[in-house]
Formats: sequence, structure tokens, C-alpha cells
Amino acid sequence: MVWLVVDGKKIEAQEGENLLQVCLRNEIYIPNLCYLNTMEKPHASCRLCFVELADKPKPVPSCTIPVKEGMIVRTDTPPVRRLQQTALRLLLSVHRAECRKCPSNRRCDLQKLARLLGVRLRPRRFKHIDRDAGPAHTHPLIEYVTARCVLCGRCIHVCERQHGKSFLTFAMRGFDTVIASLPSAALDPLQCGACHACIDACPVSALLLRDPA
Amino acid sequence: MSKNSNLALDDLFSRLQSEARNRMEGRETVISIGMATCGIAAGAEETKAAFLKEMEEVGIEAKVVPVGCIGHCYAEPFVVIHKPGFPPIAYPNVTPGKAKVLVRSFLLEGDPVFEFVLGATEANDLLPVLTDYPRFHLEERVVMDLCGRIDPASIHDYIGKGGYTGLYQTLTMTSEDIIREVLESGLRGRGGAGFPTGLKWQYGRDSVSPEKTVICNADEGDPGAYMDRTLLESNPHQVLEGLAICALAIGAEDAVIYVRAEYPLAVSMMTKAIQDAEDLGILGSSLLGTPHPFRVRVFQGSGAFVCGEETALIQSLEGRRGMPQHRPPYPVQSGLWGRPTVINNVKTLASIPPILRHGGKWYRKIGSPISPGTAIFSVVGKVVHPGLVEIATGTTLRTLIFDICGGVPKQRSFKAVQIGGPSGGCLPEAFLDTPVDFDSLTKAGAMMGSGGMVVMDDESCMVNVARYFLEFTQKESCGKCTFCRIGTRHLLDTLDRITRGEGRPQDLDFLELLCADVKDGSLCGLGKTAPNPIITSLKYFRDEYEAHIHEKRCPALMCRPLTAFYIDLERCARGCEACVGSCPVEAIFTTKGRKKAIDQDTCVKCGECVSACPTEYDAVKKVSPPSLAPRIERLKE
Ligand SMILES: Cc1cc2nc3c(=O)[nH]c(=O)nc-3n(C[C@H](O)[C@H](O)[C@H](O)COP(=O)(O)O)c2cc1C
Ligand code: SF4
Ligand code: SF4
Repeated sequence: MVWLVVDGKKIEAQEGENLLQVCLRNEIYIPNLCYLNTMEKPHASCRLCFVELADKPKPVPSCTIPVKEGMIVRTDTPPVRRLQQTALRLLLSVHRAECRKCPSNRRCDLQKLARLLGVRLRPRRFKHIDRDAGPAHTHPLIEYVTARCVLCGRCIHVCERQHGKSFLTFAMRGFDTVIASLPSAALDPLQCGACHACIDACPVSALLLRDPA
Repeated sequence: MSKNSNLALDDLFSRLQSEARNRMEGRETVISIGMATCGIAAGAEETKAAFLKEMEEVGIEAKVVPVGCIGHCYAEPFVVIHKPGFPPIAYPNVTPGKAKVLVRSFLLEGDPVFEFVLGATEANDLLPVLTDYPRFHLEERVVMDLCGRIDPASIHDYIGKGGYTGLYQTLTMTSEDIIREVLESGLRGRGGAGFPTGLKWQYGRDSVSPEKTVICNADEGDPGAYMDRTLLESNPHQVLEGLAICALAIGAEDAVIYVRAEYPLAVSMMTKAIQDAEDLGILGSSLLGTPHPFRVRVFQGSGAFVCGEETALIQSLEGRRGMPQHRPPYPVQSGLWGRPTVINNVKTLASIPPILRHGGKWYRKIGSPISPGTAIFSVVGKVVHPGLVEIATGTTLRTLIFDICGGVPKQRSFKAVQIGGPSGGCLPEAFLDTPVDFDSLTKAGAMMGSGGMVVMDDESCMVNVARYFLEFTQKESCGKCTFCRIGTRHLLDTLDRITRGEGRPQDLDFLELLCADVKDGSLCGLGKTAPNPIITSLKYFRDEYEAHIHEKRCPALMCRPLTAFYIDLERCARGCEACVGSCPVEAIFTTKGRKKAIDQDTCVKCGECVSACPTEYDAVKKVSPPSLAPRIERLKE
């Protein structure tokens, strides 16, 4: 067991434990989207969980930091908040915020983060950019809404955990990256579509059960 | 590592060396033609064919040897003829026509055709030597020393020039000794970041694992850099030797050379080199006769820029999407398939054999004390002699650009130099006395990076240059992390707008803030460095951004929407029709006094009429902002 200090509060953790996880467990909220505590290696891709460590000049993503004895952490300094606000604004600048039509309305991570960080859901400084739908998402049972997805990759992770191998994957590159399912031939109809793990894991309702109609 | 200096080994090695020397000592004329990708693109195949055909016609024999590239792109196809009784003579720009003349005059009649000669490659009484030229004597060749001087497909050529002696020496050294030598040399990784190579090897050696791997990073994704390709094509064995020494130092038994698939010649040269080295017992089941196996394979990468990043490269080798991973763990801790893995750049590895051969102390004396050794730059853009240049670190940018590469051509003036590829920075004239080394360049806002260097003259618009580089990095972003995936897109869109004349006063603050955040927030080096071209050009050429935004003016007259062409009626010659036919959209019409004018609404600003107008009139003018062009209405018929 080691002791660390987060925002002036002394907390106890296992040495080497994931700092983000330790903070969340101790009810110190740090913004995050792409991290799930079942991950062996964090994606570190959403770039929201920044914190400042006493011995580092710049903010670092807390999901990548193993806890050490005597660590001094701050979660709400201006440089941290600034990076988090920019990351969130960037995500929102390509997110179609039609909250009233969205099943995630009121329990959506983006809404929660926007409130916490004082960011408008339609950021002023950033022009909205529509994302192309990408290659047709061919999954027979699950619908994918490109304009909602924040590419956190949670769906891929939970699918892999559930089935040993993920039926979902990142496709395309760069700005055009989307989530795609494997070609229907490679899907196991018994396993896939029945568990809904990906739909449940998605923080923004970008994955939905297809309308049977 | 055990001592392996035994008699059998000494025998093997001296036999290899004497064999190699015998092969090289023919008494026939040797024609060496630079036939790396660059030479072939410049027509070296045709030149070679012309030599062969003409020799057959006149009935004379000579050995035609395809060699690699010596880095003098402006002089391709580059040929060296060594005729007994003469020093080896270098000829630049040898067209098939020149090849024919050389066969008849030189090979047949013994006249070296002085007007074609660049110089001799060895001291002699007949001709000036190449090292009398600044381009040659200011260079310092350690890594590229043999490039263009040996047949890359012949392992004997390499051995005959002292190749594999570095490896041979290390067989009698302990791994600590090898690493100590590399540490002492002060060598820093040439893949961009400049991490001390000896230290990386030490970590690799200290990682406890039964299996370790060495990777040679030859992804070379920067569109302006081609030195790694040139090395693999021109002297693959030097890289292999470096790889083998690294393997001995860290205790690895296998290695991968990660080459982009767009480099087919490099792939085939390297594949052949590995096969030849195995056939001679240098690699394979036994490293030079010792009990240590060492296997090398070539992997062809799909050619994404980001796959040059070490963690993405490993993902790609493991058959996954090439996406960077958070470090630590670093590859030396857990790399390919979780094994400790040392990844080094091609140039880093090619620096190793000379270091082992001549000693770390020798290397350390070359160049600047904090980043000793040599650096290779591909200097392109507005210079008289573009090409690959290997210089001692600490040489100033001025020497490199003006003395070695001949400066800016055609009465134009130097404006800026972009150093370090798309993720580097743009430095203005005030920085020309900056010495070339990792720390000085980084301090100035640029970086060594890939060694790509683009020289720009006063006709280059810095906003457009920044836009160009951002377009590249934005396209190459892997899409994993938020700042790089979306942030670079907003940066690019903003620059696009500014160059279209739609910039807004608040854009500069927006760019500055977003650049800082993308730099601090991105996961890997690609995103962290992508804003560099904007950051530096905003810092050193802010007035150009402001002219675009506030005056809708492009000072370099480069951004099309911000420029216009018009015909100066004072200069236009009555009745001359030269420009009319050149215009692809028929925007030029006849106005008062049978002079010509441009219809601004039709003109697409291609600039064809500028070249069409006879120089004695020089009547077509280009201006920015477009409102400066007088509007002349078409006369009613
Ligand atoms: C986006 C990106 C692209 C890179 N591309 C290359 C490359 O093409 N070749 C290379 O040797 N290193 C490249 N690197 C650097 C590698 O990650 C790594 O640092 C290097 O291969 C280590 O070799 P060295 O120690 O010999 O420099 C790149 C890094 C980044 C962030
Ligand atoms: S679909 Fe949902 S869970 Fe999957 S990457 Fe997109 S936002 Fe994340
Ligand atoms: S910085 Fe860019 S290239 Fe690197 S991981 Fe993030 S998205 Fe991928």
C-alpha cells in the first residue's frame, strides 16, 4: 500500500495501480471517455484525463500513470482544464449534438463533461465539421451513427472481452476513422447481436439496435 | 559474450578479404553508373544501354557496374570511368548522347573529353579532383562514404573496402565493451529524436529476457527525405553490419528490417545482401563462424508515415493497425511480441561499423561535442545543387545551403528553410548561422527530424508552405487521439481559409492556442510536432499572415485567389498576339490601340500568358491583392 495526495486529499492505493482508476474510486472525478477499468493497457486516446504531477512540467493523462508512494497530484489546474476544454470542444466540433433526438440525452458523458468544464455543446470558436458516414456499416442487427461516435473504442474492448475477439474494429484513417463491424460472413450470429455489450458500453448512443422494420 | 578470436575465424575473414581484393583488381576499364532509384529516374538505364550498345558497335570491352547513389542529384545520371592509365573520372549528367561520345573519344581514343568532366575522384596530375569543389570537401562522409563507390549488389566490394571488419572486431569484445565504445562515440539516434544509441543498447542488454529483437527502421515516411532509401540501395551491407553488431551487444538472435513497400529496389538490394551474407557464413545459423545464430528478415510496411513511429511500427509488424501506443513501456522494455526490442534508424545503424572500426573516440571528434558525428540532409527546393549531403554536425546552415548546395538560383533571394520534414520548423535568414545539431535546431524551433530540408526563396508564401505541411500531417494522422485527429483538421481548415483570402482577425490567436494544445495534448510524436510549421512561420513571418488576413494580399504572389494578372498597356506591343493563344480559357481580348487586356472574370490565373509574352515586352504583370489589377471591359463588337 502507498499513500498519495490528490488535490490535497490523502488517499491510499496499491503501488502501480492506475492513477485514473484510483481517483475515480475515491470519488475524485477526472474527465475520461476511452478508459474502462478492465483494460490491460489504456488506449490513452481521448486525451481528457489529464492531471498535473508535482514532478512533471506539463499535464499527463492519468490513465497512463502508475501510482507511486508520495505522489502529489492536482486534477484541476488551469493547464489541465485548458487541455480538457480543448479536447472536449474538438470532440463536440464533429459531434452532431441533437440531444433531444438522442437516447443518451441526460445521461450522456458529453453533456456531463460540458457542464463540468464549462463548454458549450456547440463550441463557439470551432466550426462544426460534418463527418462522412464512411463505408456502409453492414452489421445486420446493430446500427452505427458516425456523427455521434467519439471513437473512444470502448465498444471494441468490451466485444473482445466478451467473445475473445472483437467483431468491431476501427476502419479508415485519420479524420475519417470510424467504427466498423467485420463483414457479416465473419460474424457469429449466435454470439454477436445477442449480448449488446457494445451498445451498453457506448457513452453516446452511437451504437443502437437496428429497427427490426 | 564469449571470446571468439580463434584461428578458424581469422582464416575465414582473411580469405574473404583477399578474395574481395582479387576481384577488384581487374586491369580493365570500369564504368560505374549511379543506378539507385534517383539515377534510374534520371535516365541511368538509357545511359547504361547507350554505353553497352556503343561499345559493342566499336568493338571495345569495359566492365559496366551499376553502383548506388553518391547523393548529387543535380548531376544524375552520374558516371565514373576508371580506365587504366587515367585516374577515375566523374562525369555528371551523362545522357545517352554523351555516353556514345565517351565510348568513342575516351575508351577508344584516350581523350577524356574535358568539357564533360566534373573531376577526378583521386589525386592526379591530369585533372582537378572533386574534393577541390566545396560540395565535396565541405562534406564529411562516414555513413555514405561508400555510396556510389561500390557495387551494392556485391558483398565482395564491401568487404574489399574494409566492410565487416567492425563486426569481426566485436567478436572478440564483450557486450559491455561494445556498448562502451558506442557510448563513447556519443552517437545519437538519427531517426529524429536523437536518443543516445549506446544508452538504448544498454537498456536493451539489461532487459532480462531469453529472446530479444533488433529492428532497423527504414520506414522513411517524410516525402522530402530519401537518405535511408539511398543507403539501403547503395550500401546495404553497412546497415546489416551495424545490425549484427547491435545484436551482439544486446544479445539478440533475430532482426527485422522494416522497409516501406514503395521502395522495391531497396527491398531487393537488402534481400540480396542478406542472402549473400548468409552464403558467406557472415549471418544466418552462425554469425561469422561463431556459435551465435543471427537471422535477419525484411518486412515491407504499407507505407503510412505514422508507421515510422516505433510503437506503431511494432503494431504493424504484429499484423495490427499501425497506431502508436502510450510509452512507457518503451520498446526496449517490451517491444515486438513483448520482447525487449532495440529500434534504430538506418543511418544510426550504418554509423556503427565505422565507430567500431575506428573507435568511439574517433567518432566523437567529428562534429559538435553534444551531438557528434555526421548528419545527412536531403536538400531540395530552391538551391542550385540539390541532393543528399553528409556533413559534420555543427556545420552552419549557411555553409550547407550556400557553400555546399550552391545557394538560391536565378537572382532570387533566400527566404526560409524548412528543416526536419513536415513536423519540422521554418527558419528565416536570421538563423542561417545556426549550427546543425539536435539541440541548436530544436532551440531555433526546427528539428533534425528526418533530415528533410526544403529551401525557399522570396516566391514562397509562408502561409501556403505551412498549409502544405499541415495537409500532409493531417492526412497521415492515424486518427487515434482527439487532438491530432480533429485538431489538425481545424488547423488545416483555418490555413486554407486564410490562403483563400477568407481569413478573420481572430484566426491568428485561434491558431496559436490550438497549436499549443495539439502539441501538448497529442499522444505521439506526429501530433506533438504537427503544429511546428505553423508555430514557426507565425513567429517569424507573422506579417505575411497579417497581409493575407487584413489586406487580402499574398506578399509572395503565390496564393491564387489573392492574385491577379493584368497587361500593362504601356508595355504591350500593338498588334502582338503572342499571349492570346496561350490562354486556356480565352480570357485575353483586344482592346484600344490593338493592345491586349485580360478579362478578370474569366481568368483562371494559370500564368501561361506571363511565359508567352515576349521578354522584350514583359507586359503581363501579377499583383496582389487582385484589386490592384485595372479592370478593362471588353469592347463591344
Ligand atoms: C510520426 C513519426 C514518424 C517517424 N518516422 C520515422 C522513420 O521513418 N524512420 C525512423 O528511423 N524513425 C522514425 N521515427 C522515430 C522512431 O519512433 C524512433 O524514435 C526511431 O526509429 C529510433 O531510432 P534511433 O534511435 O536510431 O533514432 C518517427 C517518429 C514519429 C513520431
Ligand atoms: S461507437 Fe460508441 S463506444 Fe464505440 S467508439 Fe464510438 S462512441 Fe465509443
Ligand atoms: S498523435 Fe496523431 S498519429 Fe499519434 S496517436 Fe494521436 S492521432 Fe495517432
